[in-house]
Amino acid sequence: MSEVANSRPLLRATGVTKIFPGTVALDHVDFTLQPAEVHALLGENGAGKSTLIKCLTGAYRRDDGDILLNGEPVDPRGTLDAQSYGIGTVYQEVNLLPNLSVAENLFLGHQPTRFGMISGREMTRRARETLSQYGLDIDPARSLGDFSVAVQQVIAIARAVNLSGKVLILDEPTASLDSGEVKMLFDIIRSLRDRGIGIIFISHFLDQVFEISDRVTVLRNGRLIGTEDAANIDRVQLVNMMLGRELEHETRETGKTDLAPGAPWLEFDDFGKKGRIAPFDLKIRPGEVVGMAGLLGSGRTETAETLFGAVTHDSGTARSRGEEIELRSPRDAVAAGFGFCPEDRKIDGIIADLSVRENIILALQARIGWARPVPRRRQAEMAEDFIRRLDIRTSDAEKPVGLLSGGNQQKVLLARWLATNPKFLILDEPTRGIDVGAHAEIIHLIEELCAEGMSLLVISSELDELVAYSHRVIVVRDRHHVAELVGADITTDNMVDAIASAHNGSAT
Amino acid sequence: MNSRFLPLLATVAIFILAYAVCYAQFPAMLSTRVIGNLFTDNAFLGIIAVGMTFVIISGGIDLSVGSVIAFSGVFISVMLRDTGLHPIPVFAVLLLITTLFGAAMGATIHFLEMPAFIVTLAGMFLARGMAYVLSIDSVPITHDFYSAIQSFYWLMPGKGRLTFIGGLMLVVFIAGMLVAHRTRFGTNVYALGGGTHTAQLMGVPVARTTIAIYALSGFLAGLSGIVFSIYTSAGYSLATVGVELDAIAAVVIGGTLLTGGSGFIAGTLIGVLIMGLIQIYIIFDGTLSSWWTKIVVGMLLFAFIVLQKGLVWFTGRNRASAAGTS
Repeated sequence: MSEVANSRPLLRATGVTKIFPGTVALDHVDFTLQPAEVHALLGENGAGKSTLIKCLTGAYRRDDGDILLNGEPVDPRGTLDAQSYGIGTVYQEVNLLPNLSVAENLFLGHQPTRFGMISGREMTRRARETLSQYGLDIDPARSLGDFSVAVQQVIAIARAVNLSGKVLILDEPTASLDSGEVKMLFDIIRSLRDRGIGIIFISHFLDQVFEISDRVTVLRNGRLIGTEDAANIDRVQLVNMMLGRELEHETRETGKTDLAPGAPWLEFDDFGKKGRIAPFDLKIRPGEVVGMAGLLGSGRTETAETLFGAVTHDSGTARSRGEEIELRSPRDAVAAGFGFCPEDRKIDGIIADLSVRENIILALQARIGWARPVPRRRQAEMAEDFIRRLDIRTSDAEKPVGLLSGGNQQKVLLARWLATNPKFLILDEPTRGIDVGAHAEIIHLIEELCAEGMSLLVISSELDELVAYSHRVIVVRDRHHVAELVGADITTDNMVDAIASAHNGSAT
Repeated sequence: MNSRFLPLLATVAIFILAYAVCYAQFPAMLSTRVIGNLFTDNAFLGIIAVGMTFVIISGGIDLSVGSVIAFSGVFISVMLRDTGLHPIPVFAVLLLITTLFGAAMGATIHFLEMPAFIVTLAGMFLARGMAYVLSIDSVPITHDFYSAIQSFYWLMPGKGRLTFIGGLMLVVFIAGMLVAHRTRFGTNVYALGGGTHTAQLMGVPVARTTIAIYALSGFLAGLSGIVFSIYTSAGYSLATVGVELDAIAAVVIGGTLLTGGSGFIAGTLIGVLIMGLIQIYIIFDGTLSSWWTKIVVGMLLFAFIVLQKGLVWFTGRNRASAAGTS
C-alpha cells in the first residue's frame, strides 16, 4: 500500500477477482485511489486494466473482492449505477451522440424541465456555464458531431464529472489527440484533480503517464505487480514492471551500420503528387529497412500512399530492376510485388467481422483474381502457418478479427501481405496503439523479414523504434523529404534535429 | 449555420417553389379552400407520418401502419353495426388495441433483437388479416355522431373550411413537435437514432423508449384509422394499401434521415403537404394521369436521398479537414 495515509482513500478495491471461461482475468487485485490524485493504470493489452475498470464500474460482475467508496461498501450493477455512486468513465472512443446538440449530450437523462417540458434556455445556460469551466467557448446548441474529437472528449469528461463527480476513469483519452490537444486535456485533468476528484488514467504513452500521474499501478496477466509514486520510479523500472523483461531494442543507440548489400532494385525518380508530397528520389535495396520519420501530417503517409498507387503520382517514374513500371493504382503496386499496411487498421485495414483466415487470404485472393478461389484447405494451412509464424494469439483461425487485441490485429494485417510474398512492404505506423510486448514482437518480425531479403519502408512516430531496425532513415517535413540518415548517423537526436531544424528553417 | 437544419430548409424551399409554380399556372390554388382541402384530404396520412417520423428518427421503420388503418376502419364499422355502442367507447377500445399492438412490436424488436423491418412486416400482414377476418366487404358507417363530426368545420377567412379531421392532424403535429423537442422521451428518440449502444451507455432507457416509440406509432395509426373512417364513412379491409410507404416518403421528403438520428416533425408536415400539393395540381390540370403523383414523389424522394447523402459526405469532409488543421 502507498504511504499516503493522511487522507482516507476515495476508492479502495481489495481482492478483486474476475474469472472468464478458461482464464483468470483478474486475480485478487488491490487498488486504492486517493482523492485529488491522478492514478495511472498500466499494463500490456490483456493485463487486466479494462477488466478492472469494468469491475469497478459494474459493467462486469466481479467474482470476488470488495469495493469501498469513501469507506462505504458499494456494488455498482452497471455503468449508470456506478455513475449514481459517483464513478464516471470516459472511453477512448468518445461515447456521446454526434447527432444531438452539445447541451443535450451534457444533460441527456438529466435535462432541466419546467412543467414536464425540457427548458431549452435553461439547458443552454447551464451548458455554457459547465463548458466555460473547461475553457470551451462553443455554442451548446450545435451538433456534437461538428466538433473535433478533442472537444468531444472534453464534453464527455464534463458530462462524467457533472453526473458523478467523485471518481473519473479515463480510458486511453489521448489515443486520438495531437500534442496540443493532449496539453489542453492535461490542464483539464489537473484542474479536476485540484478540485478533489480522484482520476484513474489509462494510457499506452509512458511519457504522458510520467507527465500527469501522481501514482502508478501496474498490472500484468491479471495480477497486481505494484503501486508506486510516479516520482520514485523511472521509465526502465516501469517497463520492467509491465513486461518483466528488458526491452532489448531500447538499448540500441544508433541504426544498423551494416548496409544492406547489393544494388537498388527499386528506383523512384522525381516521384510525387502535387499537394500531397513534393517530388522525391528513393532507392530501395533488397533486404533493406528504410525508416521514415516526421511529424504527423508531414507527408509520411502521403509518401506511402503515393508509392503504393493509392494516390496516383503526377510526376516522376518508377523502375523495378531497371525496367520502368506503371504505378497508377494499388492493383499495379500489388502486381509489382508491393504490400501496404496502412496506418489506421480499423478503417483501412482489417475487416473486423471476417475471420482471421479470411482476412489473411484477402490480398492473395485479390492478386490471383476472384475467379480462381484459393482452395479452402490451402487457406486453412496458410492461416495456421501465419498464426504460428507471427505468433498471432487467437483461439483459432475462424475467430473474427475484431475480437483480437490491437497487436494481434496488426499481425493479421501483416500476414495478409506476407501471404502475397511481397518484395517490397510498406508499413505505416505498424506499432501504433499496441502494447509494449506486441510492439517488440513486431520489431523483431521486421528484422526477420529483411533478413529474408524483403525490402521494407517503415513509417513511425517512435524514433527509438526507427533506430532499432533501420538501415536508412528519411526525414520528412512539410511534405518534402528533407534529410537522409545512414548507419551510425541514425540516432534519435539526429532525427529530432532534422525535424526540428527544418521547422526553424521554415519559421525564419 | 447548423447543418442539421439544411434538409428542413430544402423541404420548405421546395414547398414554396412548388406552390409558386402552381399559383403561376392556376391562381385559384392560393386560397384557403385549397389549403383546407389539403389538410382534410391528407389528415390520415399526416397523422401516421408523425408516428413514422418518431420511428425513423429512432433508426427504425413501421410498415404496419397502413394495415392498422384498414383494421381500424373495419373494426369501428363492424362494432358500430353489430353492437350499437356509441363511437366514443369504440374509439377508446380501438386506440387501446392499436397502442398495445404497437407496443408488442416494439417489445419484439427490442427483446428479440429483431430488425424493425421484419417485425413490422409481420405486423402488417397480421393487421390486414385481422381486418379480413372481421369483414371482407366494405361496411358503411351511418351514425349520427359521424354525420355531426363530418359537418363540423371552422370557416377560415376566404371561405376555406378547416374540418375536424384537418384540425386534428394539425393538433397531432403540434403535439408531436412538443414531444420531440421538449420532452426527455423526444431526446431519447434522437439518442437511439444516434446509436443504440451509446445511448444505453449514456443512460437512455432503451427498452422503454423503443416500446414507447412503436406504441406511439400504433396509437397514431389507430387515430388515423378513426380519421380515415370519418373521411370515408366506411370500413374496408382493402383500404389504404401501401399508405405506410407514402408516410415514409413524406417523412424522407420532410428531411428526416432514413438512417435515423436526425429530422423534424415540422419537416414531415411539409412533406405531407408537398405530396398533397402534387395531387391537387393534377386535379386542377385535369389532363394528367393521377400516376404522375407517384412519378413526382419518386423523383422528389430520389432528390432527397441524394441531398442527404451529399450532406453527410460534406459534413464528414468538413470534420476531417477541421481535424487535419487543428
